[in-house]
Amino acid sequence: MTALGALIRRDIRIALRIGGGALIGVLFFLTVVVLMPFAVGPDLALLTRLGPAILWLGALLASLLTLDRLFTADHEDGSLDLIIMSRTPLELACAAKALAHWLAAGLPLVIATPVLGLLLNLDATATGAVALTLLAGTPALTFIGMIGAALAVTMSRGGLLLAVLVLPLSIPVLIFGVAASQAAIVGPLPFGAPFSILCALSLVSFVIGPFAAATSLRNGLD
Amino acid sequence: MQLSPTLSPRLFGHDVRCVRGGREVFAGLAFEARAGEALAVTGHNGAGKTSLLRLIAGLLLPAGGTIAIADGDSELTVPEQAHYLGHRDALKPALSVRENLTFWADFLGGGMIRPIPDCLEAVGIAHAIDLPAGYLSAGQRRRLSLARLLAVPRLLWLLDEPTAALDVAGQAMFAGLMREHLAGGGLIVAATHGPLGIDTSELRIGN
Amino acid sequence: MSLIDLANPTRFLALAARLSPWLALVTVVLLAAGLYLSALAPDDYQQGATVKIMFIHVPNAWLSMFVWGVMSIASLGTLVWRHPLADVAAKAAAPIGASFTFLALLTGSLWGRPMWGTYWEWDARLTSVLILFLMYLGLMALWRAVEDPTRAARAAAVLTLVGALNLPIIKFSVDWWNTLHQPASVMRMGGPALDKAFLIPLLVMAVGFTFLFVTLHVAAMRNEILRRRVRSLQMMQARAYQGSAPSGGATSQAVGAA
Repeated sequence: MTALGALIRRDIRIALRIGGGALIGVLFFLTVVVLMPFAVGPDLALLTRLGPAILWLGALLASLLTLDRLFTADHEDGSLDLIIMSRTPLELACAAKALAHWLAAGLPLVIATPVLGLLLNLDATATGAVALTLLAGTPALTFIGMIGAALAVTMSRGGLLLAVLVLPLSIPVLIFGVAASQAAIVGPLPFGAPFSILCALSLVSFVIGPFAAATSLRNGLD
Repeated sequence: MQLSPTLSPRLFGHDVRCVRGGREVFAGLAFEARAGEALAVTGHNGAGKTSLLRLIAGLLLPAGGTIAIADGDSELTVPEQAHYLGHRDALKPALSVRENLTFWADFLGGGMIRPIPDCLEAVGIAHAIDLPAGYLSAGQRRRLSLARLLAVPRLLWLLDEPTAALDVAGQAMFAGLMREHLAGGGLIVAATHGPLGIDTSELRIGN
Repeated sequence: MSLIDLANPTRFLALAARLSPWLALVTVVLLAAGLYLSALAPDDYQQGATVKIMFIHVPNAWLSMFVWGVMSIASLGTLVWRHPLADVAAKAAAPIGASFTFLALLTGSLWGRPMWGTYWEWDARLTSVLILFLMYLGLMALWRAVEDPTRAARAAAVLTLVGALNLPIIKFSVDWWNTLHQPASVMRMGGPALDKAFLIPLLVMAVGFTFLFVTLHVAAMRNEILRRRVRSLQMMQARAYQGSAPSGGATSQAVGAA
């Protein structure tokens, strides 16, 4: 546990220091959401209807944007070699890295949601619903995205590849995230069903993500 | 160092074959090093010195043959008993010297930690303990990576051109550290072009 | 890193230390007078007491653009004359400008609440300010992304100037986009035909806020200069030791004793 705690602390520290990317994701999220009204028009009724979808898309893209450095940075400076060699199972180390990344880059997105909800004219219930679904769903985005980050680690243009690899995999999360938010706002479906599936997706990704990432890291060695 | 007081561990490789990118780098390689011995891997550029170290470190998969430690800790694999000092220093410039070393000590050591200031003192960069690692020169960064070897005791040191960025004083200091490691029953495998300043048996690969 | 490099900032530090208390004093007096005058100003017959938010909102909106102007001039100084103080001035201004812009947005949306019934309307002016806010944040992110301050300064200077050239275009397009979608703006903020009873407190507040900016900017520049000196000293500390480092033999003996 000391080892994993140390890894989580280190990654969060780096993300928050100068040159770290923790808050860039939030800024990107904000920018994407602000761009939407320029494309669809400033009609508040329309924005309210599209709000959850816009927020979810923004969060999806923002969490993807910051993921490509998850393993690349450690690969470039040789840290990844030592992490692979260590007595800590690589799967757990991957999970710890993903958790640290979510804390530094995913959680701020959830916290920023209420402000952005204001811009899209969402009321308190709707904002709360979107924030809750993001809280339940963004871990899934991070843990699924981690697989792509591990696959792309040895490639020079990994960032673009990452987006192409991971976006299709995150479709289920998007579907149930938006569905749960819409259910809470307008109905007619109950909120519980899609939200439970969303939580299930996150839990499944906690298991699959680290194993898949560790496997691809081991195979990508050279 | 409290490695294994009674047993005398032995690192050996048997009929090791390495293939990279479809090209055979070397084959039929055999080597052995006993506790307290240092093995200097020499050979021309491209002979596979780094590949051999990465094979031992478990960072490459051998195309054939076995690499093992006999009479070591049977619970652990070879990489888990080894330190790997590669070309890259595994340091984060945004973190301080102390934070960098503490991280590796916590992550690799899991409790058996020698005090961080002691380790930094031993490699001669104790004055920079609270400065960001990004402020260090190449040689100082190398010294900081060497401190990792001291912070966490490991049986086997795998060193890839360990003295590359070090000045004369640094090389002498490092030779002292290696002698001490060997005297404590440790093992060293080092890929090198120049003399290491310690007694070694040579393993020549290529040709 | 040389002494000549630090000469100018040194004179600036001395000057700033002498000026700062007076600047702070003027700011406090002006803002106190402005607040007093605003409190005395009559309520608007349509908007009631909410109109008084204007006395805070307009100076902040004014400063949000003024600070970008200051940064643009400083950026010219960085790119053309390579003046060391110009980097510092540009960097120190960015967070302050972002804060004023944020306050303009906040007061704007609080003002809009009773008018629109929502905290946010995609009104042309507010939207332009929001984009300006995003650009400030982007600029700050750029400053944070590059560790070496002189390299960061060049990049930030280019971005600042491009931003300054683009701002009118953005403003124009947002206005056009907005009128395309909603024929008449819901309300006019501080139109030109302003009654004297509003105008005087507004001017006093605007001058007061400008002095607030100058005070904060000078303080932030001092901090930034000192921060850079600490950084240079730390780098010297990291490097300088090597000459006097104990020789390898002595060090390894120390290890043996430990």
